[in-house]
Amino acid sequence: MSTINTVAPVLDESAVRAALSEVTDPEIPTISIVDLGIVHRADVGPDGAIRVELLPTFVGCPAIELIRSAVSDRLQSFGRPVEVSVSFEIPWTSDRISPEGRERLRRSGFAPPADIGAVRCPYCDSARVAMDSIFGPTLCRSLFYCRECRQPFEAFKPI
Amino acid sequence: MTTTRSALAASIDPAAETALDELLLSMADDEFVIGFSDSEWTGIAPILEEDIAMSSLAQDELGHARAIYELLAEVRGDGQTADTIAYDREPAEYRHARLLDHGRGDWAMTIARRYLYDTADGSRLEGLATSSFAPLRELVDKIRREERYHVMHATTWLERLARYPGEPRDRITASLDELAPDAATVFTPLDGEALLVEAGVLAEPMAALEARWRATITPVFVGLDLPMPPAGPLDGGRTTHGEQFGWLWGEFTSVRRSDPGAIW
Repeated sequence: MSTINTVAPVLDESAVRAALSEVTDPEIPTISIVDLGIVHRADVGPDGAIRVELLPTFVGCPAIELIRSAVSDRLQSFGRPVEVSVSFEIPWTSDRISPEGRERLRRSGFAPPADIGAVRCPYCDSARVAMDSIFGPTLCRSLFYCRECRQPFEAFKPI
Repeated sequence: MTTTRSALAASIDPAAETALDELLLSMADDEFVIGFSDSEWTGIAPILEEDIAMSSLAQDELGHARAIYELLAEVRGDGQTADTIAYDREPAEYRHARLLDHGRGDWAMTIARRYLYDTADGSRLEGLATSSFAPLRELVDKIRREERYHVMHATTWLERLARYPGEPRDRITASLDELAPDAATVFTPLDGEALLVEAGVLAEPMAALEARWRATITPVFVGLDLPMPPAGPLDGGRTTHGEQFGWLWGEFTSVRRSDPGAIW
């Protein structure tokens, strides 16, 4: 449109989400918190304040406080009041990881979440893999071994 | 209104409020005590994978405990926090099931305790899956997805030990025998549970949840030719705590007592 607009651009949810897509998971810095599906709500209220609700991947996730402060830091640049909270209103599930997020996980050496029988090696794509341990270095991952390329790897737990 | 009620407490029937407090406290204390107790395996578990597993299980349980204590603090609305509730009580004021007073013992004892607790907790969570108290229902929905892995882990180990004749079977049998009198204490009736059932917070009384739990584990015990824990009186199942808990309490409150402002 040719109308000259002197008002500052409207800050809406998509602008907030775009900013949040620059915030990465502290444990896997190649994936953003948006692709990981942990951003539940990102609203700009009538009062101009930005409110974000995050869904922890696991209830006891120790990274959630770090993520909360990273979100808060990133949104400060909008010069608005920012409120970031943690919610269990809906459960985070591994289905919330975006297709782009799944691909980024795989490229970083993590098998994206899948049923145990459907896990494939993130390095050679072989299905000849075995689970070593349900539990891994973080709550959200299991340990696998690839019998094809003989590489141990981590897989996201389906949850 | 004669007293100030928190916004959250206002959403439930005032008559059920004390019972809700009792329910949340018992659940959080259970998760806190087993979580802290299992964390003692960090660094010394029999194999590396199990070191990681026990540490993860402990971390999960402590996370659940914190979330439930936080919800309880919100219901109380009197300025308490997860930290003050978790740490600033005397041993006699804890309301965890007596099953969890048994120390971690050897690996078989840890597995026996975990199996009995995880399966019992599963039945209790099932009784809360459709709770009328929304924040609890939401949290339970999340927690159940994680506990599924706990049950899988404990069952795998129970079967592995019970099916291997000699020392493994002897040890798991001895541990289950020792725990048997306290096995069902997770289902110790709550004073106000009838009110909770009436308000739709809890689907069924504890006795009915215990029956569901027994029905769930019976095939496993039968399949492994192990005696089922006897049904028995659960008097004081959450109020009489032994020496062993006094020791654990001393451990988990040591930082808080030496530095009163210390947070989780």
